[in-house]
Amino acid sequence: MVLGLVALALVAAACAPNATQSSLEPKGPYAQKSYDLFVPVFWVAVAIFVIVEGLLVLFVFRYRHRRNQSPRIPAQVHGNTRLEIAWTILPTLILAGVAVPTIATIWDLAAKPTGDVLEVNVLAHQWWWEFDYPGQQILTANELHIPTGRPVYLTLCAVGFGYGTPVPSQGGPPAPNACQTGPPDSQPPAGIGAAVIHSFWVPELAGTQDVVPALTNHLTIQADEPGVYHGQCKEFCGLSHAYMRFKVVAHTPADFERWVAEQKAPASPDVSGPAEAGEQIFLQTCIACHAIAGLETANGQPVLANGGPNLTHLMSRECFRGCTLDVNEENLRRWVADPRSIEAGSFMPDYGLSADEVDQVVAFLMTLE
Amino acid sequence: MASVSVPAERPGGLLRRPHATTGFWSWFTTVDHKKIGILYGITAFGFFLIGGSEALLIRVQLARPDQTFLEPAVYNELFTMHGITMVFLVVMPLSAAFFNYLLPLMIGARDVVFPRLNAFSYWAFLFAGLFIYSSWFLGGAPNGGWFGYAPNSVTDPSRGMTFYAIGLLIAGIASTVSAVNLAVTILNMRAPGMTLFRMPVFVWMGLVVQLLLAFSLPVITIGLVELLFDRLFGTHFFDVAAGGSPVLWQHLFWLFGHPEVYILVLPAMGIVSEILPVFARKPLFGYQFVVFSGIAIGFIGFGVWAHHMFAVGLGPVANTAFAVSTMIIAIPTGVKIFNWLGTLWNGDLRFATPMLFSIGFIAMFVIGGLSGVTHAVVPSDYQQTDTYYIVAHFHYVLFGGAIFGLFAGIYYWWPKVFGRMLSETGGKLNFWLMLIGFNMTFGPMHILGLQGMPRRIQSYPASLGLSFWNMVSSIGAFVIATSVLVFLVNAIASFRKPKQMEADPWDARTLEWATSSPPPEYNFEEIPVVHSLDDLWHRKYAETEGGRVVPVAAGGSGEAAAVEHAGEHGAEGGGGHAIHMPSPSYFPLIAAAGFPVAGYGLIFGVPAVALGLVISLVGFFGWALEPSAE
Repeated sequence: MVLGLVALALVAAACAPNATQSSLEPKGPYAQKSYDLFVPVFWVAVAIFVIVEGLLVLFVFRYRHRRNQSPRIPAQVHGNTRLEIAWTILPTLILAGVAVPTIATIWDLAAKPTGDVLEVNVLAHQWWWEFDYPGQQILTANELHIPTGRPVYLTLCAVGFGYGTPVPSQGGPPAPNACQTGPPDSQPPAGIGAAVIHSFWVPELAGTQDVVPALTNHLTIQADEPGVYHGQCKEFCGLSHAYMRFKVVAHTPADFERWVAEQKAPASPDVSGPAEAGEQIFLQTCIACHAIAGLETANGQPVLANGGPNLTHLMSRECFRGCTLDVNEENLRRWVADPRSIEAGSFMPDYGLSADEVDQVVAFLMTLE
Repeated sequence: MASVSVPAERPGGLLRRPHATTGFWSWFTTVDHKKIGILYGITAFGFFLIGGSEALLIRVQLARPDQTFLEPAVYNELFTMHGITMVFLVVMPLSAAFFNYLLPLMIGARDVVFPRLNAFSYWAFLFAGLFIYSSWFLGGAPNGGWFGYAPNSVTDPSRGMTFYAIGLLIAGIASTVSAVNLAVTILNMRAPGMTLFRMPVFVWMGLVVQLLLAFSLPVITIGLVELLFDRLFGTHFFDVAAGGSPVLWQHLFWLFGHPEVYILVLPAMGIVSEILPVFARKPLFGYQFVVFSGIAIGFIGFGVWAHHMFAVGLGPVANTAFAVSTMIIAIPTGVKIFNWLGTLWNGDLRFATPMLFSIGFIAMFVIGGLSGVTHAVVPSDYQQTDTYYIVAHFHYVLFGGAIFGLFAGIYYWWPKVFGRMLSETGGKLNFWLMLIGFNMTFGPMHILGLQGMPRRIQSYPASLGLSFWNMVSSIGAFVIATSVLVFLVNAIASFRKPKQMEADPWDARTLEWATSSPPPEYNFEEIPVVHSLDDLWHRKYAETEGGRVVPVAAGGSGEAAAVEHAGEHGAEGGGGHAIHMPSPSYFPLIAAAGFPVAGYGLIFGVPAVALGLVISLVGFFGWALEPSAE
């Protein structure tokens, strides 16, 4: 019966028609390496499972006390040293066979890829992802755009209050490929979560890698085909851990270059009507955390604050708030009006804007193509 | 227990020892290992019902995608409390219940070596549990996971993780004291002739578990003190900006946490190793292999902790080393399973409920063990770690393993403890419902994890395609709940039956069945003399030259054999009236009561710390000064 249940479960798992974030469907060479180890080990485990559970079921039926049988006292067998040594050595050999490819792949995956590699810094916040392209001078959020067929070498940093002031590369020198320690803060600044442990996981492209304050971790991902690959934070990171999702958008190399060119352009908002008022509100409040390249404050300073997502090309993204809300007018309005009604413990302050002011800010945001 | 000479100057009224050994109040002053075992069992079962209810709420929330039944704050508290409860307040104390009740009986002793310390362990455990649970009403329950990873557990603004640190420290005191007490009992209190290799496997596993506790609890204690200091006093053990390290917490936690897994499962392995031979009417196959593999698991268990940390970024050298050590620990585990199969081979298998749960234990534990081996394959684990695949794996080990084993033990020793049988019909219903519900709940979680469902998420979007198996899993959880209800009804109904007087209803092999059911306060009228492994069996049956087994002429009943045995050694019966047992005492309870008070003081204000210390000091001084008997 147990066998039946498990077999049923396995068949159903193999079919898995609609899972969109599945480790069983690798879409690139790095995920494939994990998968290629999982599959043979799985079948070895199935074989052992069948043998052991089979023997158990066999013995249970074969040696059961039958109702009409007179009580039988079986021979008092105390053991069999040869047999016991055999079933100590046999598993040892099987495990040694498993260990060899395991160790080879551990070292293989830990090596930095060579050749034509795209490098991206991944900055994990409570509860959203920031992607910093030092070579391209691009800073974006929740959507990681990559070219197909090219290894992407990620440097993973946990940032937030207490550790790792984010180092945006846009408009400055390229960020170094190591997580930076900021000065110790005595008070949590408004709008910034704590630097805690996260884990970057996009199962169709690679196994997971934790993002740990004080460690500079790396992970290589690669997609073979253009498409959207879903991922999310895998290590419990506080109140809204479940809503710290992201997506990886893989483009053909030509499309990727086009995307880079678009993202590098400064914002050129066409501001009129309510959006003009919205821009003023933005310059008084939102710039505490959000940068918009190309925008200047009243006294001519560039808007390059950080702590929150860079909004230069907000409308070019499909999702926000840890990639759990679509970017559209309705969602932006709800979010700006009262972030905490949407996200438990959100670090975005509620500035108590009136309904009109919210409309104006959203109108301005909608111009950030 | 030899009585110490009564001091010449008798202390005054407050230090008089209570003497009632029956009645309601006697439960608060008892130092009898059997009553303390029952207290542990009932308390742990109460927490089992609470922790199970938390699991049901979690499964309701996850039954469908995008649900808002529980908000994230409450959900995080629930999964944290479910983990803490099941590990520290259910499986550990339920094992402690069996150890307390059975170890002295199995080694032919009258009590543990330090009876008042034993009572103190129980009360400290109870207060630790109540302390942690009081957090629900005092500013929020722990919400950082049972693993309490820093820095999240430090930076979280609610009080929950402070309750976690203090509560687990108190529980740690209880477990450490109990570990030392039981280990010394096993080593020093064995009956004449009970050499180490005549001890039942359950006693061996008890010894290994106590040593694991004694060596692993200090590690988590250091971690918890550091967490507490970071939270309360502004130290920076885990604060990166000031030079601390969050990875330090993970090392401390898992260097305790992995031996802890064996602390949870070895008792169940011991129980199953006792039950299979009785219901197969055969000795355990390869007793020495089973004992040594248990010891090996204990040792290697300290060398595998970083397999919980493969994705942390320790580097390929560390990951390789811990992959290999993790594979090695699978070997002694496999040995045990094959030896259990060997025990069943050519037996005369009787499927009473204890046997059903033991077979269920083997069947489920094999699955948990095999999925465990896949974690040792590090690159594969990069995908599976922190997903529901892991949740499935450790529930197959800790529920399919530990809880099934403990239920086997409950059904097996219930007549020993209460002098009444549990209904076999109810027991079988309980078993099959639990087996089906368990596989419905946790089997699909393997699939969910592989299909990309991370652990500890309060909700998941419908677009991930995880809805079907989550619904199956949630339904299964309620089937498990039904099976537990069946057990409760069975347990309550058993008390309506008269006490049955048969001492040895299962035709058992070990000494606890050589005395009456339930045993008298002094356990054995005459301390038995042990001649072999499975001593009771050999009093009832003899092997002829040809390997055939025949009942000993004196009769098959264990009690009769035991009496006859005692007679051999020329002792007089005497009904046990002359046997002096340790007197009850108030002071273990008082000494333990100071701890939670001091704990509240650390959270709410210094005066309570002082009050707590005073209460504990009064307890310890009274304990030291009270007369040895009234």
